[in-house]
Amino acid sequence: MSCTIDGKPVAATPRPGQCLRTFIRDQGVFGVKKGCDAGDCGACTVWLDGIPVHSCLVPAFRAEGRAVTTIQGLAPAEGGLHPMQQAFHDAQAFQCGFCTAGMIMTAAALDEEQRADLPRALKGNLCRCTGYRSIQDALGGVGAVQPDVADEAGGACLANPFSTGIVTGHACYTMDVAPEGALDGMLHLKVLRSPHAHARITGIDRGAALAVPGVVEVFTWEDVPRRLFSTATHEDHLVDPDDTYILDDVVRFVGQRVAAVVAGTEAAAEAGCRALHVEYEVLPAVFDPEAAMQPGAPLLHRKGGEGSGNIYADISGEVGSIADGFAEADILHERTYSTSRVQHAHLETHGSIAWRDAEGRIHVRTSTQAPFITQQKLVHLFGLRARDVHVFTGRVGGGFGGKQEMITEDLVVLAVLKTGRPVKLEFTRPDQFDAATTRHQMTTRVKLGARRDGRLTAIEIRVVSNTGAYGGHASETLAAALASPMSLYRCANKKADGFAVYTNIVPAGGFRGYGASQSTFAIECAMDELSQMLGIDPFALRRLNMIGPKDWIESVWKDVSDVGFGSYGLDQCLDLVERRLADGSGLPAPEGEEWAVGAGFAMAMLECGPPTEHRSGAEMALLPDGRFHLAIGSTEMGNGSVTAHGQIAAARLSARLADIVLINADTDLTPYDTGTFASTGTVVAGQAVNLAAEALRANILGFAADHTGTAAAEWSLELGAVRRGDRRIPLDALHAAGTGEGHRFQAKRKAYLSPRTVAFNVQGIRLAVHRVTGEIRILLSVHAADIGRPINPMQCRGQIDGAVAMGLGWALTEHMVHSADGRVVNAAFRNYHIPAFADLPRTEVLFADTYDSIGPLGAKSQGECAINPVAPAVANALADAVGTRFTDLPFTPDRIFTGLGMA
Amino acid sequence: MDLHSITQVRRPSSPAEVVGWPKGHAWLGGGTWLFSEPQPGLDTLVDLDGFGWPALTVAEAGLEIAATCPIIALDRFVPPAEWPAGPLLRACCRSLLASFKVMNTATVGGNICMSLPAGALIALTVALEARYTLWSRDGAARSVDAAEFVTGDHRNILQPGELLRGIGIPAASLSKRYAMRRMTLTHLGRSAALLIGTQAPGRRNLTLTITASTPRPVRLHFAAMPDARTLAGAIRARVPDDGFFDDVNGTPAYKRHLTYQFAEQIRAELDAGA
Repeated sequence: MSCTIDGKPVAATPRPGQCLRTFIRDQGVFGVKKGCDAGDCGACTVWLDGIPVHSCLVPAFRAEGRAVTTIQGLAPAEGGLHPMQQAFHDAQAFQCGFCTAGMIMTAAALDEEQRADLPRALKGNLCRCTGYRSIQDALGGVGAVQPDVADEAGGACLANPFSTGIVTGHACYTMDVAPEGALDGMLHLKVLRSPHAHARITGIDRGAALAVPGVVEVFTWEDVPRRLFSTATHEDHLVDPDDTYILDDVVRFVGQRVAAVVAGTEAAAEAGCRALHVEYEVLPAVFDPEAAMQPGAPLLHRKGGEGSGNIYADISGEVGSIADGFAEADILHERTYSTSRVQHAHLETHGSIAWRDAEGRIHVRTSTQAPFITQQKLVHLFGLRARDVHVFTGRVGGGFGGKQEMITEDLVVLAVLKTGRPVKLEFTRPDQFDAATTRHQMTTRVKLGARRDGRLTAIEIRVVSNTGAYGGHASETLAAALASPMSLYRCANKKADGFAVYTNIVPAGGFRGYGASQSTFAIECAMDELSQMLGIDPFALRRLNMIGPKDWIESVWKDVSDVGFGSYGLDQCLDLVERRLADGSGLPAPEGEEWAVGAGFAMAMLECGPPTEHRSGAEMALLPDGRFHLAIGSTEMGNGSVTAHGQIAAARLSARLADIVLINADTDLTPYDTGTFASTGTVVAGQAVNLAAEALRANILGFAADHTGTAAAEWSLELGAVRRGDRRIPLDALHAAGTGEGHRFQAKRKAYLSPRTVAFNVQGIRLAVHRVTGEIRILLSVHAADIGRPINPMQCRGQIDGAVAMGLGWALTEHMVHSADGRVVNAAFRNYHIPAFADLPRTEVLFADTYDSIGPLGAKSQGECAINPVAPAVANALADAVGTRFTDLPFTPDRIFTGLGMA
Repeated sequence: MDLHSITQVRRPSSPAEVVGWPKGHAWLGGGTWLFSEPQPGLDTLVDLDGFGWPALTVAEAGLEIAATCPIIALDRFVPPAEWPAGPLLRACCRSLLASFKVMNTATVGGNICMSLPAGALIALTVALEARYTLWSRDGAARSVDAAEFVTGDHRNILQPGELLRGIGIPAASLSKRYAMRRMTLTHLGRSAALLIGTQAPGRRNLTLTITASTPRPVRLHFAAMPDARTLAGAIRARVPDDGFFDDVNGTPAYKRHLTYQFAEQIRAELDAGA
C-alpha cells in the first residue's frame, strides 16, 4: 500500500486487521496517541485527505492512495507553528498534553458553524487534565502566556518549557519509542486476567499457548519470586501491606493477573492468552465491605492479618469527649453518605518498556509518578542490586494518583530477566478499569451536635472504606479521611472510627484528594444539613465553627503534629465564593417551571504533604554556555511541577525559565525523590530546587568575589552575567575562568517535608435541576483557593480547573458499575463517562491573597485539594434546589428521578 | 484498535463475488464499531466500500439511503422543502453518541446493523416507516419493515452473510409533521430514551416510535389522536412495566418514566398543532 503521511510517501503493507493509528505509529510517527483505542477519546485524530477521523477506528488499508496528516505534519513546512498550535501554546491549553495532538487536529478542522457549537464539535475529544477552559480559550484566541523575562520568573504566567513538543506532537511519551537500537527485537507482553472474583488456580496448561506462532514464554505463579509486596509506592514501605505476589495462585478480583504471555507481536501474545487453559476452583466472594467485616465472610488474605478478618486497617481517635459533646448539644444531625468507585482515566494508560544492556543493567522506561520507589521495589522483588536497575520516565500522560502504583514494571522486568530481550507492556483502556486502581469507595456516617446558636459541640464520623482485593493506600487514605476534613472545624469533642476492608473488587489506590475527598463530601453535606436544621445561613455556620489562624490544628489525635499555618486564607476564600454566589454571576436559569434552581458551597482543608516521610533532592550546575542545569527526581505528569521548578530556579538565579535546562525523574541522572504525589511537587521538590538554586547562586557569587578579590556581598546575578557596580562578567566567561582554576559550579540540596503548612479551597455551585428528566445544569461554578503565592498563576488556575472538572465528573457522571459477580460492566469511555466539553461549566477561579512562610517563594500545594469541595457543593446546591438530600454519588439523572420519586 | 484475529480483508466490487459465508466473516462498512472492540471470533473482513452504491437518492417515491452512506452525508443532506419531516434526518444523526469525526466514516447501515437500542438511525427509519432491502448470499433480496429489523440489544433478523443494501423512506412519511424527545444521562451522550411522533398532513392521527428505552424499537399507530390515557394504555399493552432496557445509560424505571413523559409531550404537541 502506498500513501503519504505528513507529505512523505510511505510504502508499507498494513496487517489485515490493523487500524490506521498503529499503522502510522509503525512508521515512527508517534504524535498519534492511543487514549482509548475505541473511538471515544479522539487522541488519535488525524486527517485523511483533509477530513478528521479517529485513526483507531479506520482500517489501515483505507489509507491507500490517500494523504494522512498528523499533528507532526500540521505546521507549515517552512517552520513555525500552525495557528491552532500557536493558540494552544499561548493559552497553555494542555497539562499532560496527551490529548493535545488529537485536540488540535480536531480544532484545526472545525468550520465556522462547528466553532460556534464547541460542546458538540468537541464531544469526541476527551481531556482529563484541563476541564476544557483553556481549550476554549485557545479556540477563542485568548492567550495569557507572559514573556519569559529574567528576574521575573517567580509568579509569572510562563509557558510550560515543553510546550512546543506537546503542540507539535514531538513530545516523547512512554510508548513513543521505536523498536530499534536497544529495543531491537522487542517482545510484547499480554496478561490473561481472571474471570472470577475469587478463585484458586488449580492448573494452567500452557502447551497450546506456547504452540502459538510467535509466543516466546508464558509466565504463571510458578515462575515468579514468591515474595510479597505492595503495588502502592510510598517512602515508607511499611504503610502498605505486603499482600501481593507478581503472579498468584489465588485470584481475588475479576481482572487480576492469571498469567503473562510474551510474544513477538501483540497479536501473538493475545492469541497465547486465549490459548491458555486454566482450571479454577471458584471460591465464595464478598463485595460489600460491611458484609466482608462480618464473622464468617469469605476471607481474602491469610498473610498474618487474618485475625482481624477482612479488616486490613482500623484507625480511630478521639479528642475531648463526644459523649459530653452530644449531651451538651441542642440539636443533633446524623446521616450516612457514600461516594462511588471511580477511575483516574489519565489519557495515557499504564505501560512500561524494559531491556537489559550489554553490562547486564536493567532499564525501565515507564509511566510512573514514583520512579525511585519503583526501582526499590524491583530490586526487592528480583533480588537485584540497586545499581543494576535504572528506572525513568518519558513524558507522562497524566497520573492523578493512579501512577503511584507499580502495576506493569514488575512483569516487564520479569520477562526481561527470563528472556533477555526487550519487553513492553501497554495497558488497554479496558485494562485501566479492570486491573488498575480506583478511588476508594467510602461510606461515612456523620453525627454532629450543636448548640442552638450554631456552635458545634461534637463531631463523630465512622468511615468504612472498600479497598478491594488488595490494600495499597488503604491505611493512608483512611487516615487522610479522618484527618484534615475533621481538622477544618474547631470543636472540643471529635471522634472518628475508620475501617479499610478487603473485598473481591478491583483494588483501590491513590487518587487526587486521597481519602479526604470522600469524608469531606460527607462532612460538608452534613454541615449544610445542620445549617438547615438550625435555620442559620450555611456561610455563617461555617464562619462560626471553622478553624482560624490562631487555632490548634487537630483532628482526632492528641499527638503533636508538624502542621502549622504558614499562611491562612480560608476566610478570604469563603468571602470570595459567597460574594460570587450572591452577585448574580453565572448563566440564567433555564426557562420553564420544571426547572428548580439552588445554590450551595463546601470547603476543604489540605495539609500540604503527607504525614509520612517524603523527600526530594535537586542538583544544579552552571553550564559552560552560561545556562543552568537542573536535575530533579520529581516526576512531571501534567501537574506542571517541572514548570514550577524551573521558575523557582530561574527566580533564585535572576534568570529566565529558558535558561534552565531541566531533567527529571530518572534514577540514573537525578537525585532521589520519593515521588510526585501527596501534593508535594511544589512544597518538597520545589523546596529542594529552591535550596539548590540558592546554594548555586552563593557558589557563583562566591567564586566571582574570590576571582576578583572582592566581597561576595557586592556581587549580584543578572541575565547571563554577574555584576558588581559597573563590572560585569558573563556567566560563560566566569564558568571558563572557574573551571580553569578547578572551581566547580555545582550544588545539591535535599528537602524534607516538615513543617507542613495548610491550604484551603472553597467551591460554590448554582445549578438548575429538571424535575421531570432529572437533568442538572451547572449555572455557576466558582472556586476560591488559598494556595499561597501562585508560582505560575495561569498554571495554577489550570490545575484548579482540572480538579474542579474531575470533581464534577465524580459528582455527576462517573461511576464504575459492577455486575453481581464482580465484573466491571462499563470498562470503556462510552459507558464510563468522564466529563466532556459539553458537561462542564467554565469555572471562575479566584485566589486568596496570602504568602506562605513555609512553602517555597510563598507557595503552597495546589494540584490536589481543589477537587475536595466540589461534590459536596453540588450536593448542597441540589438539596437547596429540590429540598431533597441526595447522599450517594453520583447524581445522575436516573438517580435524581429515583430520589425525587418522580414516577 | 487492531483486530488481531483478522487474517484477510476481501474487497469485492460486487456482492455477487462473495459466495458462501464461512464462520468468522463480517461485512465491513465504516468499521467504526468493528474496530472499537476486540473481535476474537472474526477472521475475515469483507469490505462493502467497493460496491459503489450512491449514498443518497431523492426520488418521487422518497429517499433512498445506501447502507454504505456515511452518516455525515445524511447529516449534511439538505432535504427538499416539501418534506416537513426532513429536519428529522439531521436531528437523528445528531442524537448519536458519536462525534462528527466518527460520522465521517461510520455508515447509516452500520448504525442500523449494530442494532443498539439507542441507535438513532434505527429510531429515524422506524419512525419514518422505512423499508430495508436485505440481500442474502444466494442472491435473494427481501424487503422488511424497519420496525421488524432490530429484535433486541445487538440483535437483528439478518441471516449469516445477509447484508443491508439500503433504506427506503417513503415520501409519504417525509411529508409528515413530527415531534421528537430525547434524554441522555450526560450532555450530548447516548440516548436513554428517544421518542418520535409523526402525523400525516391534514390528519389527526399519530404514529409513535419508542427507542433507546426499550430493547427494540416499538412503533404504535393511532388512526385518531388518542387521549393521554389511551396513549399510556397502548404503551403499556406493548411494553410491560418490566420490559424497559437495563444498561448504564439509565435504569429501566427511569427509562419507563421518560417514555411515558415524552410520549405524552409528543401527543400534546402534535395534537395542539393539528
